[in-house]
Amino acid sequence: MIREVQIENLAIVRGDRLLFEGLNFSLKAGQAMSLTGRNGAGKTSLLRAIAGFLRPAEGEIRFQGPHGLLEAEDARSGGLHMAGHQDGLKSNRLAQDEFLFQARWTGATDAGVAKAREALDLDVIADLEVRKLSAGQRRRLSLGRLIASPRSLWLLDEPLAPLDAAHRAAFGLMMSAHLASGGMILAAVHDPLPIGTLSLEIGG
Amino acid sequence: MKGFWVLLRRELAMAWGRGGGPIVAVAFYACVATLLPLAAGASPARLAAVAPGSAWLALALASLLSLERLFERDYEDGALDQLALGPVPLEIVSATKCLAQWISTGLPLALFTPLAATALGADIKLAPLTLACAVLGGLGFAFVGGIGAALSLGSRRGGVLIAVIVLPLFAPPVIFGGGAIEALATGLNWTPGFGLLGAYSLAAMALGPFAMAAACRNALS
Repeated sequence: MIREVQIENLAIVRGDRLLFEGLNFSLKAGQAMSLTGRNGAGKTSLLRAIAGFLRPAEGEIRFQGPHGLLEAEDARSGGLHMAGHQDGLKSNRLAQDEFLFQARWTGATDAGVAKAREALDLDVIADLEVRKLSAGQRRRLSLGRLIASPRSLWLLDEPLAPLDAAHRAAFGLMMSAHLASGGMILAAVHDPLPIGTLSLEIGG
Repeated sequence: MKGFWVLLRRELAMAWGRGGGPIVAVAFYACVATLLPLAAGASPARLAAVAPGSAWLALALASLLSLERLFERDYEDGALDQLALGPVPLEIVSATKCLAQWISTGLPLALFTPLAATALGADIKLAPLTLACAVLGGLGFAFVGGIGAALSLGSRRGGVLIAVIVLPLFAPPVIFGGGAIEALATGLNWTPGFGLLGAYSLAAMALGPFAMAAACRNALS
């Protein structure tokens, strides 16, 4: 269980280009932070570095648990969800098969699965092939695992972009509930999130 | 352990789902085995002499077919990100994918191999060893093939690249398996060849996942 993410003097280089350097912040249990910045500033790269996919050129990413520093690998494999533009859904499989796989793979229980179905209104699309879903329906399906299997840190990349107004509001409530239960949210956004957040401009 | 089963079930469902990977692989195998007599000439004696070896070579080629989709599909749509954040490390993820590849493609092909060899004129008493070699060798083909599939992630024309990476690595099992069958056919001791084939497959299973996981991490970064 991650209680705090600490970013210290972080620099990320992609190819020959320095995206940003000297980035410092920390995110504690119950806090949400919006990452803003122009296209290509490095918001997604920062999220991928925290998820462990990119190795920072410099600096440290640390995860604090309730009893001190966590092994980065353990913290990531059980403690964070990353939801980006690429949702990992297979277009020729049924929506419910894909949702169940993503949820169970990240450790969801039956109760969690039922809760996510209810919260994100997934039953209406369960029997459809993923290819037949709209962009917003796909996003709801891929956000399902965040609700189904509780992990404390959510790394979101433009989570609301394809959602309609009603589902934006609904997901806003889910984010508030996640924060209230001691979770953390770090989201790359262009439009503000419907919850109170700290904000950080990348590459400004 | 639960993660392993969840992933294995998904991989098998995807292999057997639309597109029918295993059926296509077996059909490809049948085509190669049918073309062979046309190229080698119809003399039964000559065909019978090359039958076990050809059936074995066709197996190696057919094993390449669905490798391109093994990691590439998950890499393109972002599922590999999620697999990397799952309950088991990428090494186990890679091994599970190769195991599923073996179950869904290697085993059907292995069952078909003695059939093709016998149809080409090989002695029926070679069939049990041919089957055993195909089952065991298929495991090695799946795990070594997985390395090629992971290394070619993100490249265009991945399928051809995989073949170029992997086919040279298929030389030892083709030699060992073909040697064992040949030895039995000529009345020699077949166990050394079979033992070496087993050693190759076990080594591929033990070491392959580390190479695949490293290649996947590199592709994700």
